[in-house]
Amino acid sequence: MLLRVVRLGGIVLLLLGVGFVLMLTLAWIAAPDKTPSIVISQGVAQFFNALAAGGIYALVAVGYTMVYGIIELINFAHGDVMMIGAFVAYFVATGLLNINGSIADPLLLAGALALMFLITMPLLGLLGVGIERFAYRPLRNAPRLAPLITAIGVSFILNNLVQVYTSSPVPTPQLISLQSRFTILGASIPWLYVVIFAVAIGLMVALQLFVGRTRLGRAMRSTAQDREAAQLMGVDINTTIAVTFFIGSALAGAAGIIYGLYYGQIQFTIGFFAGLKAFTAAVLGGIGNTVGAALGGLIIGFIEVAAVVIGLPRWSEALVFAVLIIVLVMRPSGLLGVSQAERA
Amino acid sequence: MTAMSGAAPAPVGWRQQLAAFAGRHRSTTILLGMLGITLVLPFVVLLPPFSGFLTQNVWVEQFNSAGVYILLVLGLNIVVGMAGLLDLGYAAFFAIGAYSYALVASSFTGIHIPFWPWLIAGAIIAALFGVTLGAPTLRLRGDYLAIVTLGFGEIVPVFFTNSDRLSGGTNGISGIDRPSLPFEFDVFGQCVSCFSAAQPWGFYITMAIILTGVLILTYRLADSRLGRSWNAIREDELAAASSGINTVTTKLLAFAIGASTSGFAGVFGAARNVFVAPVQFGFTVSFTILAMIVLGGMGNIWGVTIGAFIIFVVQQVFLPQLTNFFNQVQVPILSDIDFVQYQFLLYGIALVAMMLFRPEGLFPNVRRRRELHTATAGAEELTSPDEATPEVE
Repeated sequence: MLLRVVRLGGIVLLLLGVGFVLMLTLAWIAAPDKTPSIVISQGVAQFFNALAAGGIYALVAVGYTMVYGIIELINFAHGDVMMIGAFVAYFVATGLLNINGSIADPLLLAGALALMFLITMPLLGLLGVGIERFAYRPLRNAPRLAPLITAIGVSFILNNLVQVYTSSPVPTPQLISLQSRFTILGASIPWLYVVIFAVAIGLMVALQLFVGRTRLGRAMRSTAQDREAAQLMGVDINTTIAVTFFIGSALAGAAGIIYGLYYGQIQFTIGFFAGLKAFTAAVLGGIGNTVGAALGGLIIGFIEVAAVVIGLPRWSEALVFAVLIIVLVMRPSGLLGVSQAERA
Repeated sequence: MTAMSGAAPAPVGWRQQLAAFAGRHRSTTILLGMLGITLVLPFVVLLPPFSGFLTQNVWVEQFNSAGVYILLVLGLNIVVGMAGLLDLGYAAFFAIGAYSYALVASSFTGIHIPFWPWLIAGAIIAALFGVTLGAPTLRLRGDYLAIVTLGFGEIVPVFFTNSDRLSGGTNGISGIDRPSLPFEFDVFGQCVSCFSAAQPWGFYITMAIILTGVLILTYRLADSRLGRSWNAIREDELAAASSGINTVTTKLLAFAIGASTSGFAGVFGAARNVFVAPVQFGFTVSFTILAMIVLGGMGNIWGVTIGAFIIFVVQQVFLPQLTNFFNQVQVPILSDIDFVQYQFLLYGIALVAMMLFRPEGLFPNVRRRRELHTATAGAEELTSPDEATPEVE
């Protein structure tokens, strides 16, 4: 256990270090005059930016990887679940809590954020359970293509429902003002990025504890390993899968809240692209592995910000997919994944 | 398609006789069937209620677009329906075919290669891209392949959007050459050798000929050694490989042949619209084609053809008409609804409902139907090997 934690910590630190150096290097390349202080502050700023973006992808990626791990389904609707989460959070903030701008008082802010998470996440979890119950469960023993196509159908439905509601971007209330910043190494960093990263990390740790320490978590792991054997040992498969969907979708809901805070506007299309990137993250980390998915999310955050730093923001999606294709071709089991026999 | 096209009702057992004839002379049947449909369709739309929706020439225009989608569906049907490889980025090949023609036959580059040879060249280029994408990725397991193709389908439009000098960026390429013929030919006062929006008959005839050719080829392929290999791989890749099928080559051929018809579709579509832009080839196109295949019945050639035709006409003609109709009638809620907006909602519901209640599609392929129903029957021993636990192998 201790060894695992140390090893994992090593990997995380290594990843952050590589990301930091990468950002510094790119900032140096991109800087017109190579003044060290400007390059460093630029690099640091982009590093935090990447952490925040990566946190969002990590949260979504975990949902993909959990569902894939347990029922071997690429849940295409997962990105759209995140999108729904962003809209639910928007309604909770503007409609329920009547927030339209940033909140300066830290206590009040913490309370508002907590309320947003506490209302949005269970709602999204229920949405995920509902989708599983009605769209995926009847097809659990069907040929592989069937649930995959159903998932695409669910994605269409969620997407279109929001599109009909509003197809233009909706500005979300900036609870944490981008103006409140702190300075480190000459770079002025919005507190928002730190909060986002902290929330993502906190949820990840909570998830790890849940999966690793609780009875339900053990049921989830055993179901992922061998469904029939788990059933024979008395695990209630249906409940376990439903719980998996609940957690995955709730985390996607959290990602949706953060998405609104980070980008400042939401639209019905965000789910598709964020979902694809998060899936890339899950594959990158080794599908089925929640820690891997979180790390993969961070890597995707770094790649995306790197594309912006070197002046190719329009290519960031293409870059992420190129990474996906390369990873799948070179190392389909991902960074932390156990290599699995190829199957039809 | 064969059974539907105009055969006069013969006395007893005409259906069997017709089926027997169609079985023995498949290519002739397709030829006759397509000839019949091609001749009948322009007159059907002169009858009410169809005549009330659009004029005849506009209908023919819509049939041409439907033809493009049918070509795409036939190609993707080879990949998804016959070989069982889920390709979610199929529109990329469509885009490649369209842009290939746009780049060699417009004022954008100043090159003007005629349409007819490029119809073949576009198909070959799309097929080459199919092989290029397939070669490294076809070793992947099914659902990974889906994601990689989805990524590819996303990269290609992004590429065309972002490379302004090469492909005109977001605005795309306009002023693409129309096809032309060295002679003029009129039937019933309609210029059959004309290729324009006002006179779409040349396109109509061309599309009918291409479709007939592709249909005959796909039917022949389906029954060939290659087609049976595709089915074998779809049903159990390991068993297929053990039976001596070279799975990589076979899958690559499915990708290449599937991509080639979208090359046809791309060249044809570019020449018809005289305009290409990245937005025409987004993931919605790939997903629409997939929905058409699923609804029509995966693997069933005439099923997906009719499925595509019906969906296209519903989407392009009836949903707008429905909206217009309710706008005029002033029914409280219905008149406020823009039915076209709900198109993807309908697709989504149709996809989910289809998979849950009738996974074999509206017009099922016999073999596939049997496969799907034994699999869902729940007998543990009979379930497809796909859903066994991952650790076994």
